[in-house]
Order: sequence, then structure tokens, then C-alpha cells
Amino acid sequence: MLRIRNLHARVAGREILRGVDLSMDPGDVHAIMGPNGSGKSTLARVLAGHPEYEVTAGEVFFDGQDVLSMDPETRARAGMFMAFQYPVELPGVNNAYFLKAALNALRTHRGEEELDAMDFMALVRDRMKQLGIDETLLNRPVNEGFSGGEKKRNEIFQMAVLEPRLGILDETDSGLDIDALKIVAHGVNAMRSPDRAFLLITHYQRLLDYVVPDVVHVLSDGRIVRSGGKELAFELEEKGYGWLEEPVG
Amino acid sequence: MSTSTQTIEQLASREYKYGFITDVEQESAPRGINEDIVRLISGKKQEPEWLLEWRLKAYRTWLTMKEPTWANVSYGPIDYQDMIYYAAPKKRPSLQSLDEVDPEVRRTFDKLGISLEEQKLLSGVAVDAVFDSVSVATTFKEKLGELGIIFCSFSDAVQNHPELVRKYLGSVVPYSDNFFATLNSAVFSDGSFAYIPKGTRCPMELSTYFRINARETGQFERTLIIAEEGSFVSYLEGCTAPMRDENQLHAAVVELIALDDATIKYSTVQNWYPGDKEGKGGIYNFVTKRGKCLGVNSKITWTQVETGSAITWKYPGCVLMGDNSIGEFYSVATTNNWQQADTGTKMIHLGKNTRSTIVSKGISAGHGQNTYRGLVKIAKGARGARNYSQCDSLLIGDQCGAHTFPYLEIKNSTARVEHEASTSKIGEDQIFYCRQRGLSSEDAVNLIVSGFCRDVFRQLPMEFAVEAQKLLSISLEGSVG
Repeated sequence: MLRIRNLHARVAGREILRGVDLSMDPGDVHAIMGPNGSGKSTLARVLAGHPEYEVTAGEVFFDGQDVLSMDPETRARAGMFMAFQYPVELPGVNNAYFLKAALNALRTHRGEEELDAMDFMALVRDRMKQLGIDETLLNRPVNEGFSGGEKKRNEIFQMAVLEPRLGILDETDSGLDIDALKIVAHGVNAMRSPDRAFLLITHYQRLLDYVVPDVVHVLSDGRIVRSGGKELAFELEEKGYGWLEEPVG
Repeated sequence: MSTSTQTIEQLASREYKYGFITDVEQESAPRGINEDIVRLISGKKQEPEWLLEWRLKAYRTWLTMKEPTWANVSYGPIDYQDMIYYAAPKKRPSLQSLDEVDPEVRRTFDKLGISLEEQKLLSGVAVDAVFDSVSVATTFKEKLGELGIIFCSFSDAVQNHPELVRKYLGSVVPYSDNFFATLNSAVFSDGSFAYIPKGTRCPMELSTYFRINARETGQFERTLIIAEEGSFVSYLEGCTAPMRDENQLHAAVVELIALDDATIKYSTVQNWYPGDKEGKGGIYNFVTKRGKCLGVNSKITWTQVETGSAITWKYPGCVLMGDNSIGEFYSVATTNNWQQADTGTKMIHLGKNTRSTIVSKGISAGHGQNTYRGLVKIAKGARGARNYSQCDSLLIGDQCGAHTFPYLEIKNSTARVEHEASTSKIGEDQIFYCRQRGLSSEDAVNLIVSGFCRDVFRQLPMEFAVEAQKLLSISLEGSVG
């Protein structure tokens, strides 16, 4: 489903990704861990098409489509969703209105009819109930005045409504208390399915207690230096990232 | 350069949708202004002697005045002797039926999407359509007449209700008020008149579509609205004008009078030709709008969405004379390409416990320059007066400008005055966030701009709010990609 080959990218003239290779199949949940500055968030943003990041080499295919030639909205419409590390505030823009516009943009792209307000609200209420999210969130402006936890929950809520094929969570767990973390994890687990994949970018092993990944990758200095099962995460938690700097056989 | 910066610079390229000229035989006065022209205009309209005298006083005063230069706008000198001050379609139709309106004029309205039939049948809006300087059609007059509401062209009001016109004309904006208002007082051609009798709630939104069509004819509209004790009226004014190379002067005057417990809501969506992408052409909109809350507990609300004009110079204000009276000003002003706007409000608190609210949203894109200029004046006798002002500016791209000039004159120590101001940019992060959810850059900008303007749009009547939102997205099209 997702094929990344030898991906190099830089931002503000500095090379951050130095040859990332990664393959994911439908149904997969992969975690990417690594120390600060290793390029984890850069990878997420490059996949989403953030305009500040420049890809200098490599290729990315999603369901056979050349991702790097697509603009960000086309990637989103193709089914790639990124939960932001720092969700952006849109003052005065009603959350429900925003989400309806987004959902209908995706539906139009897929050749489906736009949802009217009634059907949309029914869908949204269902998802909110599922996630245990308060309905008042709907009528507030997008992320404006939200607490850190509310912002992250809103990201998961949007993901649940937009139902992407690939969900990329960029450090969604950072700064969350345990209850918020559980809501986020519950949201991801509820959405796991054989034809949907998740890429969890995280600094801590904590999230992986709740969302158990199939594969854990360690990113260091812009490259994936190690991949393994979920036990790799425990190892990292125990030993820190330092030992990875040593050459591996 | 990143993609969004490029797109920001591209977001300024939609052609003016309403640029066309209607070919109707025109009857025009010769170029220039002098006492004879003033007499000619008054004579054409068969005005009473007192009105001609009033015009002449204004004209003589105007000769002693200088064009103001304090506004934060720049433009070349205006040659007032090179303009035509009066033009009327030659075949003036009778006002009995829509069928008698010149088919060419009708087609123009159709192009603008203002089908009078539709208006009449569907929307329940009475439209006093001003085509150039003479009203060509008035609808719903009879229905309003049953309630004693007068809604007609200014000229008709002069003929049929001279006592009301004489009593109130110039009572809010005196003929000597300012350079442009004084010019208007001398040569005003037509406009709208509304009178709501005591205790009457006007059952429909009154609306006027203004349109400038005659080449090089400055328009000098005059509007007068009087709301008697305990009455309510909501008035909508929407404007479009055809494309021009020459700059066109528009100097309107609007006077509102609210008596005891009366409420007037005056909403404007202004979409005059702003000039082309190089800043050539476009309307000069130098308007004086003022309301007088004469009675106790009276209320006047100005809501404006300004997307057009090359230059806007406009400060709809309220004189709060009656105790407990309320003045409100909600404004969205957009400048794109080379547009300049210097707009705001004046809230003059004279009565006790008077309250005013100012919410101003300025949006600048391209090379647009947007200035908020607002005066809050609390007179000595205005015990317990309150004002809240909020001025927010939104910048799109990095070649535009936003400026804020609040003036406060407080002469009573019991007054409470609050002023909040903010300036923000549409962030690339905001646009990216929306795009990551599947929205195009343009939709993202529209969404962000609408959110920014929400507090003002909420004040507009429903169908007007939709129109305003559409206009806003048209006027910003091409400024972000």
C-alpha cells in the first residue's frame, strides 16, 4: 500500500531525511520511533506534502500512485490522513462546517454524492459517541481555544469521520494525559481494519501499550536504522536511543 | 519560493464579473458644475423652490471647501469640471408595471442576477432599483402602502411627501458637513426614501440596488430613512457597477433618523468595480453615512461588506442623542490588487447610558491597503456611556497593508470604553492544514476568511450573508492558491 524508497528530504536547506525505505501493507500498523531530531516528523510532513519540505531524492508510492507528484489535497483525497503534532487553529471556522467541507471534498473526489447536513450530522454523532467525544466540540471553531488534549482528540475525531486508507499520527500522543491517550488509542484501535494502515510516529513507547504495532522502526539521523517487532519498543524504553548509535552487524 | 507563497501571489486574478455597459439612450447635462447645472438638475426634477435654494447654498459652501487629504489613500487629482452631473435614461418608463421598463434595462438587471419578477415573486423583497440616476422600477409599493410605509425614490418623495423631506433632509448630514457630502447636497440626483410610521414593523427587507452605468457620470445618491416611534425597518443596499477605464466618483449621502424605541438596520454589500490588476480604473467611493438616534431607546445598526471600489472613504456613524440609545457598526472591508480603503465609523455619545459596539474586520491582499479609522466621542452629558471596539486585520501575502487609527474623545468620567485590535496573517500552516484534509487552497482561504468575518456576517440578513460570502471569495480569488 505504501512504498517509500531511498527518500531524501530537506527543510530550510538542511538535509533531514537521508534515505528512508519503508513498506506497509493494508491492515499494517507500523510505529516509527527515534530521538528528537531524527527526522520522524519530517517523514510525516513529507508524506503529507508540506510545502516547506523539499524532496531531493527517492520515491513514494501509495496504492500505486506517485505521491511525490501529487499536491497535498490530492494526497488527502486519495486517502492519506495526517493527525498533526500541532493542530492548527482556524479562528471563527466552525468545526462541523470545516469537517463537512473536507468530507465532501473527499466524496466528490471519489465520485460519491455530497452528504447533506442531516446525513452528515448523523455520521458525526455516531463517531463522537464511538470515541466518547463531547458534542459541544462540533460547534466550536476549529481548534481555537482547545486544550492540547482536545486538539489531539479532534484530530482523531476528524480521522474517524474522514475514514482514510492510511492514517499517519505525528506524535499524537505527546503531551497527553493518560485519559486523553486512551481516547486516542481507542480511536485508532476502533478503526483498525484489514484494508486500512496506520503509521504511528512517537517518541515514547507509552502509546504502543495501547495500540500494539506490527512493526517498530527506529529512525536515527534520517535513516531507519533498525526494524523489529513490538518488543523493540520496550528495548528502546529501557536502554534509550544511545545504543543505536553504535554500528550494528 | 514555496508553493503557498506562489499561490498567495496568484490569488488576485479573477475578472470583474459585472463589467458590461448597457446601451440605453442617455440624456445628460453638459460637463462641469456651476449654479446653472444645479438649477438644471433641480428643474429637471421639478423641485420646489426651497430645495433649489438648499442645493444652491450647498454649492456655494462647496466652492469654499477643500478636498480632504487626511485619509490614508492616494489618487490623482479629480477634475470636478470634467464630470457630468446628471444623466437619465431618455425613455423614462412609468412606474405602473414592470413590463413598461426598457427591455435593455431589464436585461441588465437580469445579467446582474436581479430579476425583478423573481424578486417580486419569490423573495418578498421590495426593490427600488436605481438605474443611473433615475429610478426605473419600484415594487411592492402598494403592499407597503397599506401599512402606511413609504418606500420610493427620493425624487418621488420630494413630489409626494415634501413636508417629510423638508423636515429631515440635512438634519443628520447638514449640507455643509464635508466636501463630498456638500457636493452631493448640491447635485444629488436620486436615491431612496423610506418612512416607517409609528409602531409599525416593516414586514420585509427594503432593498435598493445601485448601479453606475453612464460613462463618466458621477453618482450622487441621496438616501433618507425615517423610523417613527416604536417602528422597525431593515434596509439592504447592494451595489454593482460595470467595468470602466476612467475613475468614477461616487459621493453618496445616507441619513437615518430613529425616533423613540425605533430600530433601523442598514446593511450594505458593496461590489463596485475595483479597477484592474494594475490598479487602473475603478470607482472612487466617498460616502457620508450617518444615523441619528434621536429618540430614547432607539437603535441604529450599520453592517457593511465592502469588497469593491478602487478607493473607499466611508465612516457610517451614529449620533446617539436619545438616552439609552444604541449604535452598532459591523464591517468587513476587503482590499485586493491596488484597492485602498479608509473606512470605519463615528460613534458620538450625547445621551445618557448610550451604548455603541464596533466590530471591524479588514482583509488585505495583493497590494491592497486597508485602514480602519474610528472615532468614539463621549460628550460631557453622556453619563454611563459605554463603547466596545474590536478591530481585526487579516493579511494575505506580504505586499499589502493594514492600518488602524482609533480616536477616542472622552469628556465624561463615568464612560467605559474598550478597544481591542489584532493583526494576523493567513498562515501557510493554516492553508496546509486545510489542504491535508482535502480542501483546495482557494477553499481554504475562503474558509479562513469567512471564519474571520463571522461576527459581521452574523449580522446580515440570511440571503444577504450568502451573497456577501460569495462576493468575498470572488474578490479574493487569485490571492492565494
